[in-house]
Amino acid sequence: MPDVRRRLIGWTLLLGSVALAAAAGAPLIGTTRINLSRAFDTTLPWADNVDAQIFFIARLPRVLAAALVGASLAAAGVVFQALLRNPLATPFTLGVSAGAALGAVLAISLKLQLMLWGVSAVTGASFAGSLGAVGIVYALARARHSGFSTNVLLLAGVTLNSFFSALILFVQYIADPAETVQTLRWLMGDLGVAGYGPILAALPLTLVAFVAFAWLPRAMNLLSLGTDAAASRGVNVVRTQQVAFFSASLVTGAAVSLGGPIGFIGIIVPHLVRLLVGADHRIVLPAAALLGAAFLIACDVLARLVMAPVELPVGIITAIIGGPFFLWLLVRQR
Amino acid sequence: MRMAATACALAMLLATLPVETQRVPQRIVSLVPSVTEMLFAIGAGPRIVAVSSFDHFPADVDRLPRVGALVDPDIEKILSLRPDLVINYGSQNDLTAKLARANVLTFTYRHGSLGDITATLRELGRRVGLAAKAERVAAGIERDLDGIRTRVKSEARPKALLVIGREPRSLRALNVSGGRGFLHDLLDLAGGTNIFGDVNRESLLVSTETILARAPDVILELHYTEAPSRTLVDQERAAWSILSAVPAVRNGRVELLFGEELVLPGPRVVLTATAFARALHPSLMAR
Repeated sequence: MPDVRRRLIGWTLLLGSVALAAAAGAPLIGTTRINLSRAFDTTLPWADNVDAQIFFIARLPRVLAAALVGASLAAAGVVFQALLRNPLATPFTLGVSAGAALGAVLAISLKLQLMLWGVSAVTGASFAGSLGAVGIVYALARARHSGFSTNVLLLAGVTLNSFFSALILFVQYIADPAETVQTLRWLMGDLGVAGYGPILAALPLTLVAFVAFAWLPRAMNLLSLGTDAAASRGVNVVRTQQVAFFSASLVTGAAVSLGGPIGFIGIIVPHLVRLLVGADHRIVLPAAALLGAAFLIACDVLARLVMAPVELPVGIITAIIGGPFFLWLLVRQR
Repeated sequence: MRMAATACALAMLLATLPVETQRVPQRIVSLVPSVTEMLFAIGAGPRIVAVSSFDHFPADVDRLPRVGALVDPDIEKILSLRPDLVINYGSQNDLTAKLARANVLTFTYRHGSLGDITATLRELGRRVGLAAKAERVAAGIERDLDGIRTRVKSEARPKALLVIGREPRSLRALNVSGGRGFLHDLLDLAGGTNIFGDVNRESLLVSTETILARAPDVILELHYTEAPSRTLVDQERAAWSILSAVPAVRNGRVELLFGEELVLPGPRVVLTATAFARALHPSLMAR
């Protein structure tokens, strides 16, 4: 036990420092040279302090959004891989992101202009879509028998993914071409939140999910031996699966409504972390969250710089880095 | 094999040549809204037998059948109308090839610069046998545009940002005009300096940082819908208030322009140019 605690503290300190360094460094990097002393000078009027607005409105919210989304998707990836006992599972496997995407695409195509609690219609609709997908998948997994079949969960999720993707294509097909640019943009992932409203909206849900995650690691370790083995060691299997499913789905929905369906983080980061720290979920889960945050912050810096003044969608960067990297991992692990 | 292909190509050429030179199209299908407007402007409106699903102007198009558009042209429906000229987009290679096989002439259109609009008008006039009328319309548009250019000539040129899309009620997914295409040309003509004129693209996605750094004096925002209520317009404009360090925001020079004609490179570009000039030089244009 003390050994686990020591390793947990060690890895948390190490990866926490990496994530903090990324979060502290990223707002200093951008296409424009800013004067930091002017940015933090409170005697200057905020209204026309360009340096301060570049730092606090254009950059810092993006870095915070990247940290939140990166940590959420990486941790959700770990939980889904444990829940489905499938190393290829991702936060998007069960249709959460496809539901979110359908909501967002509908909101863009219908030109919804509502605003609730500082959240735009697109963000709200995408979160509603993710909840809808979670509800459908859960209902299907429960419908078969009183338990909670992960097989049905997986099949329902994959089917729902395809079904929602077809609906998205259909909506795009009948929508005005002028909206296509906006929907494509959303589907590629984007952390340019331009303010703190969307982050504050996603934060409570994320915190609730992370509190639930804290309760999961020991049970997830036992579940990896199989449900019967876990049950014989006193794990309430169905309860654990339900908590894992809902908390990981909730955090994925919040992350996708904040930054769009940013791919690869939920699969690369967990696998990389397992290579570093082993298979114990008590260490894997926090380590993945910290590394996920650092990785996405770095990817967003690249997205801002690579083609400046043109913005690259961050989802393209994660896929370009993540795809080959994951293939290398696969080959290496044989 | 090659012999056969050559012979086939020759036969096709021979089949189309006399048509090209003799017959004036009487049954036109237009899949391109801006070209539909041009046809009406030069007096070929009565010969149009079908339009695209995105055509709304002029009102005469309301009674015409719809045959799809850029991504979903309905080839069967098009052919059933027995057209002798189909106007389609340059990217619709498959449709162009099918129509060629069916011996239907096509006029293939691509978006371009402001100068391409009047060039297309003249070309269209030649194709439909209304060259003189098309020349008058094109020359009229050029005269009107020159008039606007002359009026703003002596004015200082404000740095301008031309926004062509963003997420409603927020500054996410900002899509703006680069230094290419008819919208950039119109901005330039109306006496504004495009802050993204150095980017050789029709449109690009930008971050709020770039806008803060490039500090536009005026922000023009195009909405392709009818103008909503004043409240909604004010709420949309308020999305910019977070960037108060941008001169345009600080000085209340965020101008929202409404109307589908704003993004159609057709005969109504003079309206767009006037709207741009009015937004960039309010005191001058009011006189």
